[in-house]
Amino acid sequence: MADANGFVRVPISEQEPLVRAKNFDEVCLGYTEEEAVVEAARCLNCKNPRCVSGCPVNINIPGFVTALKDKDFKKSYEILTESSSLPAVCGRVCPQETQCEAQCIRGIKGDAVSIGKLERYVADRAREEGTKMKVDCAPNGHKVAVIGSGPAGLTCAGDLAKLGYEVTIFEALHEAGGVLTYGIPEFRLPKEKVVAPEVENVKALGVKIETNVVIGKSVTIDELMENEGFEAVFIGSGAGLPMFMKIPGENAKGVFSANEYLTRNNLMKAFKSDSDTPIFRPSKVAVVGGGNVAMDAARTALRLGAEVSIVYRRSEAELPARAEEVEHAKEEGIKFELLTNPVEILTDDDNNVTGMKCVRMELGEPDASGRRRPVAIEGSEFDLPTDAVIMALGTSPNPLIASTTKGLETNKWKCIVADEEFGKTSKDGVFAGGDAVTGAATVILAMGAGKAAAKGIDEYIKSKG
Amino acid sequence: MYLIKKKKVLCPSIFLMDVEAPRVAQYCEPGQFLIVRIDENGERIPLTICDYDREAGTITIVVQTIGASTKRMMDLKEGQGFHDVVGPLGKPSELITDDIEEVKNKKILFVAGGLGTAPVYPQVKWLHEHGIDADVIVGAKTKELVILEDEMSKVAGNLYITTDDGSYGRSGMVTKVIEDLVAEGKKYDLCVAIGPMIMMKFCVLTTKKFDIPTIVSMNPIMVDGTGMCGACRLTVGDEVKFACIDGPEFDGYKVNFDEAMGRMRLYKTQEGEALLALEEGKTHHGGCGNCGGDK
Repeated sequence: MADANGFVRVPISEQEPLVRAKNFDEVCLGYTEEEAVVEAARCLNCKNPRCVSGCPVNINIPGFVTALKDKDFKKSYEILTESSSLPAVCGRVCPQETQCEAQCIRGIKGDAVSIGKLERYVADRAREEGTKMKVDCAPNGHKVAVIGSGPAGLTCAGDLAKLGYEVTIFEALHEAGGVLTYGIPEFRLPKEKVVAPEVENVKALGVKIETNVVIGKSVTIDELMENEGFEAVFIGSGAGLPMFMKIPGENAKGVFSANEYLTRNNLMKAFKSDSDTPIFRPSKVAVVGGGNVAMDAARTALRLGAEVSIVYRRSEAELPARAEEVEHAKEEGIKFELLTNPVEILTDDDNNVTGMKCVRMELGEPDASGRRRPVAIEGSEFDLPTDAVIMALGTSPNPLIASTTKGLETNKWKCIVADEEFGKTSKDGVFAGGDAVTGAATVILAMGAGKAAAKGIDEYIKSKG
Repeated sequence: MYLIKKKKVLCPSIFLMDVEAPRVAQYCEPGQFLIVRIDENGERIPLTICDYDREAGTITIVVQTIGASTKRMMDLKEGQGFHDVVGPLGKPSELITDDIEEVKNKKILFVAGGLGTAPVYPQVKWLHEHGIDADVIVGAKTKELVILEDEMSKVAGNLYITTDDGSYGRSGMVTKVIEDLVAEGKKYDLCVAIGPMIMMKFCVLTTKKFDIPTIVSMNPIMVDGTGMCGACRLTVGDEVKFACIDGPEFDGYKVNFDEAMGRMRLYKTQEGEALLALEEGKTHHGGCGNCGGDK
């Protein structure tokens, strides 16, 4: 299992690539108890645990790992949930390799402790055994509204509920979870098995979730504060607007935003035969972009029966997706057209996609992001045949809330301006965090912001007396 | 659950429902729409708001059975409900948000095609309540499909009904009525045309001839209705717009109808299969070796 010196982590079992490429079941199968305990024993329980500072919500990592090593699973879960309301989610989708695990001393000479997979094990076991988060607080009589039930909103609501606040989450879609529900696919984050129970855990803390409420349309933040008695509001509405390339042919039949494609499949369950929602199922799909969303869209298209290429304008080293996701995509048979940029979508007479005209790129000088800027190679145009194109170029915050809330400042990218420490915005009593503030980022950063804002809101309401 | 308080069959293929949805009813305005889902497996279906009662907390929808989902909706009874109702979505009609004095100075013509009568009604009613009587053309294929005639006649200035087959009212398409009215000497400063895309396209071609600025209400394929998916994108002038958040109403002169109509056909095969499966059971899933339905 593990080597005697503890340099190598316990390998995780996964569904075979060619099997999983044809189903929507989870790719990673998780540790067994025995594997988890052996892996936990690799933790050196450092006096100065650098992993904790690498975690945006500062989970007591040596604490929960040590309890796991001692097979005190309940205690391990308690330590975990002191800092995180969504451990089963984080154990699956956090980029641990750049956060906690990147800081692990074990990583200097060998593999870092597999913190993410251990977190997943503890959370999954707690769910299976029916262990609940500890709550011991009396209601304090103050009402707080949370906009959006994604990772930022759920975390903020959970933390406030633990402090005794009466919290209502308003969700625009018909199901809670935000990007966990509509964006991240089943094979990475099972909905019924993992997301729904974590949402239930937050509800069990006393948080109410009202779905089908579009803030800015159904009701505004000002109305919530003036007419419905909410003393403070947290905006965790995410970054929902898809970007397109603005190239010719982009409105052809067969061009989708990754948001649309993934929402049809994840939220609307189009992959299931009993779902009423249709999804386009062509034989060839090209996905433009190199982030986690591009990998998710590509691997979804593959599972729906297509031959899939990822088209990305920089090289493999610059792919913003997690290495694990890129590896998984490759194993499953997705082709990578790197250093390639589409310049036009080609169509037939009926405006159906038939291909993409692309150019090859080379890397020039670093740009503002520090990554080397891709430059088109003259005369390198070629046609890439495809029946559908999925644009996974990133998303930006929906301006709806900012445009309907008096005195809420936004920046030039339509992101809500909020301070990092407590998520305070320009409007009294209104806090914000997650992608709505930063633009598209990760689940765990959104959770960190939700946590910070919960502290900010608590102090704000206490200061008012 | 969102309770169905009242259901009325307007003709064999069109029905009206009053549905309890207090948050939608509280702030919705003419021109906006909502999205419903029948049950847990249901798709998100955008529908126009035909009327609303803020005090009762209800909204009125009018639906035509065209596919599997709308057929299933028709089976819902009073006392049953929708799994989800969300809204109001989209922007209110500019007539409601523009300076009322300016609107009063305009002679407005509404053109409603078929089910488009439902979203035209609240706009005409709103204008009527604000002392403005607009002329309304209601067009339908045949007499049976003329809906909301009584309601409309109470709030419209002149109401012109026409049927394609001449079975009721005038005879011919709505575009012919527009031409006839102009020939009769009527002058209009603004036209609002709502109906099937093909009707709106030809309305715009007609009103363009007479230099009547024309607003159309677009109803493309949508998923979330909040700007998230971009399925509803349209070419308007030289810009790409999302019908759900930038519309649904646009300057008809600028809308690329041919592109929009093409995009509407994207899921036609799957929709047809779903309808067949609903009507005749799961008999269309392979075996014949031709359609590939089992693949």
